[in-house]
Amino acid sequence: MAEASYPEELKYHPEHDWARIEGDTATFGITWYAQDSLGEVVFFDPPEVGATVTANESYAEVESVKAVSDVFSPLSGEIVEVNEALSDDPEKINSDPYGEGWLVKVKLSDTAEVDTLLDVAAYKELLG
Amino acid sequence: MRPAEEQTLTIYERSQEGRRAFQAPAAGVPETAVEDLLPDWARREAPAELPEISEPEIVRHYNNLSKKNFDLDTGFYPLGSCTMKHNPKVNERVAALPGHARLHPLQDAEYAQGALELMWNLQGALGEVAGLPHVSLQPSAGSHGELAGLLLTRAYHEDRGEHRHKVLTPDTAHGTNPATVTMAGYDVVKVGTAPDGGVDLDDLRSKADEDVACLMLTNPNTLGLFDENITEIAKIVHEVGATLYYDGANLNAVMGRTRPGDMGFDIVHYNLHKTFTQPHGGGGPGAGPIAVSDRIEPYLPRPQVVRRESSNGQGPSFDLEFDRPKSIGRLRGFQGNYGVFVRSYAYILSLGGDGLQEASETAVLNANYLLARLKDPGVAEHLPAAYDRVCMHEFVLSGAPMRKHLGLKTLDLAKRLLDHGFHPPTVYFPLLVDEALLVEPTETETKETLHAFADVLAEILREGGEDPEIARNAPYSTPVRRLDEAGAAKRPVVRQEL
Repeated sequence: MAEASYPEELKYHPEHDWARIEGDTATFGITWYAQDSLGEVVFFDPPEVGATVTANESYAEVESVKAVSDVFSPLSGEIVEVNEALSDDPEKINSDPYGEGWLVKVKLSDTAEVDTLLDVAAYKELLG
Repeated sequence: MRPAEEQTLTIYERSQEGRRAFQAPAAGVPETAVEDLLPDWARREAPAELPEISEPEIVRHYNNLSKKNFDLDTGFYPLGSCTMKHNPKVNERVAALPGHARLHPLQDAEYAQGALELMWNLQGALGEVAGLPHVSLQPSAGSHGELAGLLLTRAYHEDRGEHRHKVLTPDTAHGTNPATVTMAGYDVVKVGTAPDGGVDLDDLRSKADEDVACLMLTNPNTLGLFDENITEIAKIVHEVGATLYYDGANLNAVMGRTRPGDMGFDIVHYNLHKTFTQPHGGGGPGAGPIAVSDRIEPYLPRPQVVRRESSNGQGPSFDLEFDRPKSIGRLRGFQGNYGVFVRSYAYILSLGGDGLQEASETAVLNANYLLARLKDPGVAEHLPAAYDRVCMHEFVLSGAPMRKHLGLKTLDLAKRLLDHGFHPPTVYFPLLVDEALLVEPTETETKETLHAFADVLAEILREGGEDPEIARNAPYSTPVRRLDEAGAAKRPVVRQEL
């Protein structure tokens, strides 16, 4: 998508990742700002289903025409699903970062961590 | 004007059966059939499919292709980290002399004394620049020199019964450094950068242990900043028994002023195409010689070019020494890309030691002059220096404020520069600077060119304030507009059906 957008219902991590919380599971992705900074994404290297992710630590890599970048986990938990469609169409991360460009689904190990994330106003403030 | 699709035809698509650029006259001697000259197995079953083209078509084809290039002979090319300095044309004349150009790579050393003497002398000159006494000209690119450096490091440690598996690279390193580490079978460990742009010493101390084989560093680093803690860095690295490797990418900043060997480096590679005016280009023949300290010397690639003093009053002779039992072995066929050595040696001789020092000093002066010009209002608020220090031969600007205030990315600015006849600086590298623009003017540009470049940057930013769409859709004047970089990465077309 060409214009910046940051949905109200998401929680944000300062490393430009988002989380959509549904009970004790969450969907992760990267924000509009992150995909815009990366440029066109050519490859997404997902983690294995069943792998453990830790908040603030890298759990995957995205490669764009500019560079390979780490993707940081907003919250801790276990990977229950990865977006298989991205292996053929990684550009969905650019075209629909909050929809078809989602990266992984995680069963959260500590839902209290959600309180450490930013709401949309705080994230926009961080972007300046 | 010819239609665009015709201009992009390949030489094969221009081929017409039976057309020739040259017709051989009738033979003046009896002809022998090819069947009588070559056995069956050595002959093709069908003729090779070569393009059949007239001479003017060949000339136009390649001339038109060359015009689609932006090259150093066309305009200013401040591509940071690449040292796009002028390549003196006299070097080409010298390299084309028949004694150099027609020398056969399999010629016995006895009959290639001049070439071996040139290589010996070049080794000596390069060793003097690096402050390290032993040089091998074999590696054929900077990356190849890096691989040689890590193979030497492994040979050195294994000879001492040590098996180390980690190599440290700063987070400002050239991408080739971690790639080389992986190629050589080591694990990459990144070292952070301190607020002043140098190596984070505390981070280095915490990661330097007995498993570390080497720290790969360039000084000045990729931010164009001289790391003033280099003596301390060398001490930390040597205390754990690791080697200190100098990536010579930025050697153009320090020639004659300081030497990697004096800073404590054990192994250095040179990019002859950057510092010593071998033309860059197209994956063609290159050279990435290495220099090493005494303790690394036994492991150098073989053969080594050596000078043998005569015992009978005659002059010295030159030879290829193969008897090097601890050597890591050969790194390539023959003796390297000899024509590259000729050009670089011609450059070194034509400038002399003082001239090389002046080249480095002028490179640093030009970079600082341009950096000072870019502090003008209208530029500095959009493209501030990432580190506000005196720089060396290059400097990094951040396009982050430009992106925020004007909605222009560094990529847009870079593309718009092409419309003004300038090659863009390096963009989005080093990675730790947001929207980075790495500018290296080199010593061979005039003050007028530096001013013209600064003026154009200011003009693009002014234009961007009025209508950012202009830069967002640039370039307009090049043979192709914005390239499909993602497509090129994911779906490269590298074959053509004939």
